[in-house]
Parts: sequence; C-alpha cells; structure tokens
Amino acid sequence: MKIPLSWLKDFIDLDGLSVEDVARKLTLAGMEVDEILYVGLSMPEYKDGEKHEFKTNGIGWDKEKLVVAEIRQVNPHPNADKLTLLDLYDGEQDQVVLTGAPNIFHLKGAGKLEKPVKVAYAKEGTTLYDGHAEGQVLMTLKRAKIRGVDSYSMVCSEKELGITDESDGIIILDDDAPVGMPLSDYMGDAVLDISILPNMGRNANVVGIARELAAMLGRELKKPDTKVAVSGQSVKELLEIEITTPEMNPRFVAGLIRNVELKPSPYQIQRRLKLAGIRPISNVVDATNYAMIEYGEPLHAFDYDVLKKRAGDKKIKITTRTAKDGEKLTTLDGNERKLTANNVLVCDEKGSLSLSGVMGGAESEVTDSTKNILLEGAAWNFINIRRTAQQHNLPSEASFRFSRGVHPALAEGGVRLGLKYMAEWAGGAVAPDLVDEYPLPPKDAVVDVTVTDVKRWLGIDLTLDQIAELLSRLEFKSEVLSDKVRVTSPNHRMDIGEGVVGVADVLEEVARSYGYDNIPTTTMADALPPQVGNPVHEWEEHLRDLLVALGLQEVVTYRMTSPERESRVAKHDEYVRLANPITPEKSVLRRSLVASVFDSLEKNIRYAESFSFFEIGPIFEPVKNDLPKEPHKLVIVMTGLREATAWDVKEPPTMDFFDLKGRIELMLGGLRLSDVSYTATESYSYLHPGKAAEVKVSGQVIGAFGELHPLVKEQYELGDSSVLVAEFDLGTLRAMTPTYEIKSIPDTPPIYEDIALIVDESVLAETVEALIRQTGGRSVTDVRLFDLYRDEKIGAGKKSLAYALTYQAEDKTMTDAEAAAIRKKIVKRLEREVGAVLRS
Amino acid sequence: MQDKLNEIEKTALASLASVSDPAAVEAWRVANLGRSSELMGVFSGLGKLSKEERPVIGQAANRVKVALEAALEEKAAEVKKAALEKSLAEEKLDVTLPGRTTHIGRLHPSTQQLRRVLDILAEMGFQVYTSREVETDEYNFQLLNFPPHHPARDMQDTLFVEAENRGDNPIIMRTHTSPGQIHAMRHFAATNPQDPPPIRIALPGMCFRYEQITVRSEVQFNQVEGLAVGKNITFADLKGTLTDFVRRMFGENTRLRFRASYFPFTEPSAEVDVECFVCGGEGCQVCKNAGWLEILGCGMVHPNVLMNGGYDPKVYSGYAWGMGPERQLMLRNKVGDIRYFWGNDVRFLEQF
Ligand SMILES: [Zn+2]
Repeated sequence: MKIPLSWLKDFIDLDGLSVEDVARKLTLAGMEVDEILYVGLSMPEYKDGEKHEFKTNGIGWDKEKLVVAEIRQVNPHPNADKLTLLDLYDGEQDQVVLTGAPNIFHLKGAGKLEKPVKVAYAKEGTTLYDGHAEGQVLMTLKRAKIRGVDSYSMVCSEKELGITDESDGIIILDDDAPVGMPLSDYMGDAVLDISILPNMGRNANVVGIARELAAMLGRELKKPDTKVAVSGQSVKELLEIEITTPEMNPRFVAGLIRNVELKPSPYQIQRRLKLAGIRPISNVVDATNYAMIEYGEPLHAFDYDVLKKRAGDKKIKITTRTAKDGEKLTTLDGNERKLTANNVLVCDEKGSLSLSGVMGGAESEVTDSTKNILLEGAAWNFINIRRTAQQHNLPSEASFRFSRGVHPALAEGGVRLGLKYMAEWAGGAVAPDLVDEYPLPPKDAVVDVTVTDVKRWLGIDLTLDQIAELLSRLEFKSEVLSDKVRVTSPNHRMDIGEGVVGVADVLEEVARSYGYDNIPTTTMADALPPQVGNPVHEWEEHLRDLLVALGLQEVVTYRMTSPERESRVAKHDEYVRLANPITPEKSVLRRSLVASVFDSLEKNIRYAESFSFFEIGPIFEPVKNDLPKEPHKLVIVMTGLREATAWDVKEPPTMDFFDLKGRIELMLGGLRLSDVSYTATESYSYLHPGKAAEVKVSGQVIGAFGELHPLVKEQYELGDSSVLVAEFDLGTLRAMTPTYEIKSIPDTPPIYEDIALIVDESVLAETVEALIRQTGGRSVTDVRLFDLYRDEKIGAGKKSLAYALTYQAEDKTMTDAEAAAIRKKIVKRLEREVGAVLRS
Repeated sequence: MQDKLNEIEKTALASLASVSDPAAVEAWRVANLGRSSELMGVFSGLGKLSKEERPVIGQAANRVKVALEAALEEKAAEVKKAALEKSLAEEKLDVTLPGRTTHIGRLHPSTQQLRRVLDILAEMGFQVYTSREVETDEYNFQLLNFPPHHPARDMQDTLFVEAENRGDNPIIMRTHTSPGQIHAMRHFAATNPQDPPPIRIALPGMCFRYEQITVRSEVQFNQVEGLAVGKNITFADLKGTLTDFVRRMFGENTRLRFRASYFPFTEPSAEVDVECFVCGGEGCQVCKNAGWLEILGCGMVHPNVLMNGGYDPKVYSGYAWGMGPERQLMLRNKVGDIRYFWGNDVRFLEQF
C-alpha cells in the first residue's frame, strides 16, 4: 500500500523525524517499507561507505528553483500555433514562459486573467524529469531559443515532477496555493510503499499506519474529524435496511447527501490519490476512495435517484442476501457476472444492486448527471469476500481490505467521513442521521495476561503495569488486576483470539510495542533432546559422497513432467496428476527418475565431451484419491569419453557397459556390500537386451543397468556415444546388510602367477573366477582377469581368459612347489567342469 | 719396473684428461684398471719377482692403483655432474601448457548449501527430520493454523493434485516443509503422550508453489526449517539461536535485525534481515540498495500448532524458522537466474 507522508502527517506529528526514521519504525514493527519514493522532499545523500537502509527512488525539488507561480495572461506564440507564451509571476518577478500544454490553450488571447492560474514554476537550472522522454530521464533546464523565442524556464507537468509516470498538460494548482512558496514546502512529499501483512488488515489505511507509528513513537494520534453540518429530511424516513444473513453481513450503514455538483477534486486531493495509486475520477467518487484510503472502510456510492425511481418514489428498502445459484448481475465494469450461492448481494425490492464488498452494479452507479448520493458503508464476512473476489477475478481496493477483515465499527465513521468530503468538494447538503442496521456486533476479545506468560513466551521480565502500558499504546483496554492484566481488544481490530491463542496474540503485541530489538538474545536453557540422528538421511548423503568420489556429477531435476516426455523411456497410464499445472509440460509427477535425468542430459549434450550424472530423489506412484507412494531412487547416466582429452591425449575411447559396471562395483564396495551378483536381463524395455544386467545383493534384486536401448536412444538427441544407465531402488538397497569386518594384512610373502585358459564363448567369466576361488580356497587370495583374447589360433567360438593369481599362506611362506600344486588342482577342475584348456 | 709403473700412471692419467662422457669413463676403467690392463698385469706378475723386489714393486703398483682409482672417481663425478647439468639445461618444459585433467564429481549446488546449513544445525543439536513431498491440505495448512479460505493462504499459491471426494482436505504439493513440524511433533509426542520429550530438529526438503518459472520464481525450491519445542523456550532464545546460526553461516561479524512479520503458524512472528554481505550495507544491486537482505522467517510456534502436534501450549513453547538454500546461494554467489538450479547446465554446475 502506498502512503504519502503528507497524508500521514494529518494524523500524527512527525517533527524531528526523517523519512527514513519513519520507514524504519514501521518496518521493524511489521509494516515493511519496500521502497521510498521521493516526490519533492529532498532525498538523502549517502556518503561513500555509509550504510543504506531502504530502496529509494524519485526526485527532490530544489527549493530555490521550483516555486508556486501564477499565470496572469496567456499569449499566442508569434511563430507557432500550438505554443503559447505565459506571463507569470513567481513571487519575485515577472517571467515569460513558453508552453505547449493543451490544458491552458483555451485561455490563449483572453487577455489579463480575472483569476490567475496557479502553477508549478521551474527556473533555469532546475533538474527534473524530461516530460517528452520515454520513462523517467533526468534533465536540467537550459536556456534555448524555441521558434525564435527565448526559453529558460518552464511550467511543470506531473511527469516532470515525478508525481505520475505520464501526464498531458501542466499542473493547475488549487487557488489557495501561495505564490512564491517553494514547491517542496507546498506539496513536497515522499511515498512509503508498505507491505500489509494478512493479519494487519487494520493498517491498510492512513489512520491505521499513523496509529501504529504513534504507538511506536509514544506520540499522540490525531483522530479524524467526521463532524459535518446536516439539513433536510432525515435519511431514516427515506430508507430501511434488512439484513437476512448477519454472519455474512454483520452491519450495514447508509447516509445521504443531496445536490452535489460533480467536478474534479481539489488538486491536492488528486495528488494524494495519485501518489496512493488511485486514479481520480470526480469529487464524489474521489471522496469514497479518499475516505477508504484514509480510514479503512470501503464505501459504495449509489445514485439515490435511480434507487428512488426503482422504488416507485416510495421508501427504499435495501436487503442484503446470498445470491441464488445462476443469478446474474452486471457489474459497473460492464461485465455480466454469473453468481453462486456463496456470493452476497445488496438488493432493493426490484432486484440486485451490487456484489457486496467487491464491486457495484452498473445500473445504480454514480454518473456525471448524479445529483443525490446514497453512501453505503458495511461489514462483510472476510472469508466470503475473499472467495467471491477470487471467483469473479475481481481484486479491488475494497475486496483487498474486506478480505483481510474490516472491523464493523468502522462502517459508521467511514460513511460520515465520506459524506463530509463530498460536502467539502462537491457542495451539497448531508441529510441528518444514518440508517444503521447492526445485527451482529463482534465481541471484542478479552484476554488475561500474566507476568509469567510474558517471561515464558518472550523471555523478558515485565511488571503488570509495564505490560498494561505497552498494550494501551496500541489502544488495548488494559486493566491491571492483582496477578494479571485483563486486556480488551480495541474496536478496530479483529486479529486477537481467545484463550491460549489470545494470549499468544497479545504477547506478539507486547513484543512489538516493546520492540523486537530490545528483546535480549539468550542461549537456550532447555534440555538438549536425545541425539538419535537420521540414519536414512545420513545413508543417502554417504551414497552421494561415494558417487561424487567416483567422478559423478549430481543433478537435481523437476519432480513434474508430462506423460509424453516420460513415455520415451517408460509408458505409464496412472500418474499423480496436478489439477492446476503451471504448464502442460509439468502436468504430472514423475514416475521415472531415468527420464528426468535424460531430460537434463539431452539439454547438456552439446556442452561437454563426457557426462557422468547421478540423481537421488523420489518418484511418485499414484494411489487413487490418496497420497502417493514416494520411493527414493538412484539413477546414474554416463556417456562420452572415458578420459578427458588433452593436447597429447587426442582420442580417448568412449565409455561402455563396463565403465558403468565398474562404478557400480565400486559404489557397492563403498557401501560395504558383499555377495553381489550380476545377471544378464532382457526385462528392462529401455535397456539393450544384450547389454543389460540385473544387480543382486544376497540374491535380492536392487537395480539394473546397461546400455540404453537403441530405439529409446533414437527418441533423444544424445550424440553418437553409447549411453549407459543404471537405476536402483534405494529402499531395497538400504535394507541390505553391510559387512564391516576388515581383514588383516598377511605378513607372509605372496607368490604371483598368471594363467591363461581357453574356454567356449558361452562360459561366463563369473563361472571361471568362482571355480578358481573355490578350488584355491584360502590359499588363493586374489584372482584378477587381466586379459580377454580371441583369435583364429585359439579357434572360433573360443576365448582366452588370462588371470593374475596371488597365492599366499596365512602362517608361513608358501613354496613354489605348493603353489604349483594348487594351480594344478585349479586347472584340472576347470578342465573337468568347463572344458578349459591351459594355454602354454 | 718402477719406471714402467710410472709410465703406466702417466699414460693413464693423460688419457683420462680427454674422457668426457660416462661410456668413455667406463672404457678408461676397463683399459687401465680392468682385469687385462697393464697395471693388473704388474700385480699378477709379482709372483715371478724376487723376494726383495716383490714388496717394493707391490707397494709401488698399489700406490699407482690407488692414484688411478682416485682419479677415476673424481673424473666419474665430474662427468656425471656435467651430464646432469647438460640434461637439466636441455629438459625445459613449457610449464604453461595445460595439465591433463580428469572428470571429477560434484554435488549439486543445492545439496552443497543444504549440507552447509544442516552441518551447522547438527552442531547446534538440530537433527534431520524428513517427510513426504505430496501432502494433505490438513497437514500443509489446517494443522498449521491456516483455516480453509483464510487470506494467509494467498501467501502460498498451491499446486493441487487431482483427487475426488476429498472435501476440505485436498491433496496438494507441499508449499513448505512445515507439515514436517506436525509429523515430527506427533511422532515424538506418541513416544510419551503424558510428558512429550523436547524436540530439536531440522526439516530439509523440496517444496512447491504455483509460480511460473522465470528468472526470479520457480515452481519448486528447497527449504530448511528449524524447530525447537520444550518447556523452557522463549523468543529471546529464538533470537539467540538465530544470531548464532546466522553468524556461523554468513560470518561472525554479520549484523542482523528482527522485524515483526506474520506467519499463521507462529506467534509472534519475525523476519530476519542480515546486513548485505555483498556490499556490507552500503547498497548494491544484490540488496537493491536497501543494505539489508531478507534471509529467513521465524517465530514462536503458534499455540494451535503445538496443540495439533500433541504438545500442551500451557506447558510447552517452541520456535521455528525457515530459509531457502537456493536463495542463499543466489545472494552469496550472485546467481542471477533461479532457473539455473533445476536446469542442471554443466556450465553452471561446474562452478560450484
Ligand atoms: Zn548490498
């Protein structure tokens, strides 16, 4: 919410405080000032190294060079039809100023003006915004010749002074503007852009902010004066009100003003409204907006004569009720709205008039010909207003306030203030009395607060009197009893609860009033809970570390995807579907982490020669009308060069199945899992049927890996290299029991020996190694395949496997003869079981 | 014979002078001190000499041998040194050529930042507690004191999951990690409902909002919350804990300020700003010239939330705070585009 400082000063004395001081007080008390816009008041100049506090913008007006002046005569320009020459007086001397402003053009050649026109006059050398430039561009007024006439100064528009972004024509000031007065003294301002928190709806107005400031500064709040002279027939004789659902409409107040003259509001009023972000319309409409911004009560003006006519000149009866499903109303923006049963309407006997608290109806709105005005100030259920405003997509200043809760007590003062401003700016006579239907006054919350409550919740020691004083600053009624303060919520706020919640609500107000800054910082005295850790989280983090140590880059991808994107890897019918996705591309929750990682890989493929990605995260398995399952998965994807290229490493080989398998072996080793086995598999549709393996630990499948199926690869742009992919279910993997036993290093010398065996292609390496280990028993401590060889000499359908064996005895030095004996046994067994032949 | 020995010595030493490489040194040794050298011939001929001559010649021959050996040793060292100097002079690398690298692994920046946060919290006694990402409205909002249709819900635009017959309890993507507060409190309260144990936990995880994906906003983001519940926990303790945390996180001289704020699940609530660590408060682009950076939201756990978690607000109190690791990284490392995080562009990831 934007609040001009000058407006605030109507209600609180801010002498001795800078704009920043005010902004700081508000910010710390929960009314965060997002930006200070200077519109005339001088901007702070920060020295080098000096600390800033607020985002600032705008322009200060030079006191010497920008003054109030009066135009005494408007003369034609000798060489240009569209320009005029103004004779004006700036309080010290006469000046001639050139202007093209359209809103002064009609006075051209009228001779000496009967009533001089007051304007904002900028002398030579003034810095202001360029009125003709796009956006806000600073410029300095310089002497120039325009169409043969000397120009050295100007009469300013709102854009040039930074009051609005765009403007046509010069500012015409109010008649009482004192000629010669520096403009910044007359109407220099600064606008505080304040964020209004959802529980601070009471402060979405000038008086509310002034009240908070008064409390924080310990100064007095000047309450708005709503007294106005009245005349004519009482409104009570002309109108009655019936409220059918008080829970939706606790109060309805109406007043009447007769014989208004619609015209623009005084300039100072228009300026304040503009600075507050409200477009001035006419004095009557401006009065409702001005009173709302000032006091917080949204008002609605009806054309009284329209209502009277609809009532057939009889007494008008206003009824508020909920709408019927399907009922229609044309709102004043010209749209016909289809209503539902939770919308509340203001009606007369002929039908609906307005969508209450959100927007008026077209028929009864104020027009240029309106003479008499019925002014409504009401209280509505804030949740209902919020739903209605959302339903019809009608955010407005009124619904903003009503949906945050406007206290029903404000309705009366709001209407009086609105009528007073109409009378001031539009003439007219306010009718005596108000029609005030108030079936459901809210109960002001009463809360008991003790010294212990304050100590226990806030950690500060306050006496009952201190508590009472802090709260009374915020207009709480605080009664000091023997052992507690009985606090009654003031009748402008609706955010204080009852019982234990009310205590917390009041304690927040104690803390704000005391100042968060003044509360000490202490070290917790409470007992440290038992430290039990989080084994699942710690295990996943350990796994991440292992994978990083293996040279893999972690990625984190979107949980949302589309079935089409995923179908390239995996087709599923059932998904966790979003009811309101931000885009069709992100309409469901992923079921395949592989697909997520491929999306990342595909986007990156041009940017590096090699990729080794992994991701750990959930996939989402739908459960009809209930929460989905969220199993965590690990996916590894590798493709590209095995080593980094360098100036002398030109063409390293690309990675294949065994690069990935090696990482998996190391990962499982790092998890201290033994009893791991790998079995060829064809049951994963996205994997190459001949280059895929299932991984088992202790006989249980924990995941699978292999080369990406060529048909799947085709669906992506993943380059020429093989793409290797592995997927593990982390719940299953985590359940595997690790071994922590570390073998001791033997002291005895080992004997190393290589043997090469020729076997049929069909014999698995795993089988050969297992036979060697079984036969060698504890005497063979290591078996490592170091060569795999095929050629004509050993015959078609055959392969040679070469193993490096380590023989070692635990307790003595093994002799060559002993090693030879073991080898003989091994070769014999291999001959017998797999038909192996020892290569010589 | 004596003359012959002198001649051998003289000739040998003369020829040694021209020796200049290791091979020549070895050849000289074989020629002059080897088995078939003239000098060795003198030694082997000693037996043929008379009793009187033998010790004299033997001694003289020995002297020559020692002299030649010393000369050889000296020469060998000299040659070796010269060879080394030569090779050192010749073997000059262009040290500015790039080194041979390898592909190294890294954690995603969000994981790195989450760890920094969680490591500090762990030292402060806050243990990790995780909970699900798809939630019910009840856990994400209602039990956290957001009634249905409450304006506070405007603060968190929600992604809804398709489901039927859920009434006022739709299934949603969690908008914050706070549902974990209720899960955790109920979990701990169940261990001893009459006298629930104190809690100090950190709640990390992915959260979701109905936000278009732009430079500044994302549909998913990480959050970490801290929660402490006990019989003796105050707002002053909250200030103390967060002051410690922020100084560990951003440096020991970091200034911070607490300003009043609003969250439905805390009361009182506060927003914590730290003095901009980019400009030190002088104003810069990162802090939008404000000098302060909004870094976390916090407050005393609302009595309704304590109650919903199984903790009696008349006996227990607690505080909670939440922050965003991605936001911290953006501020700290001047990451200009939040989309980088889930974009996983290697050119971004490699910088962390
Ligand atoms: Zn900064």
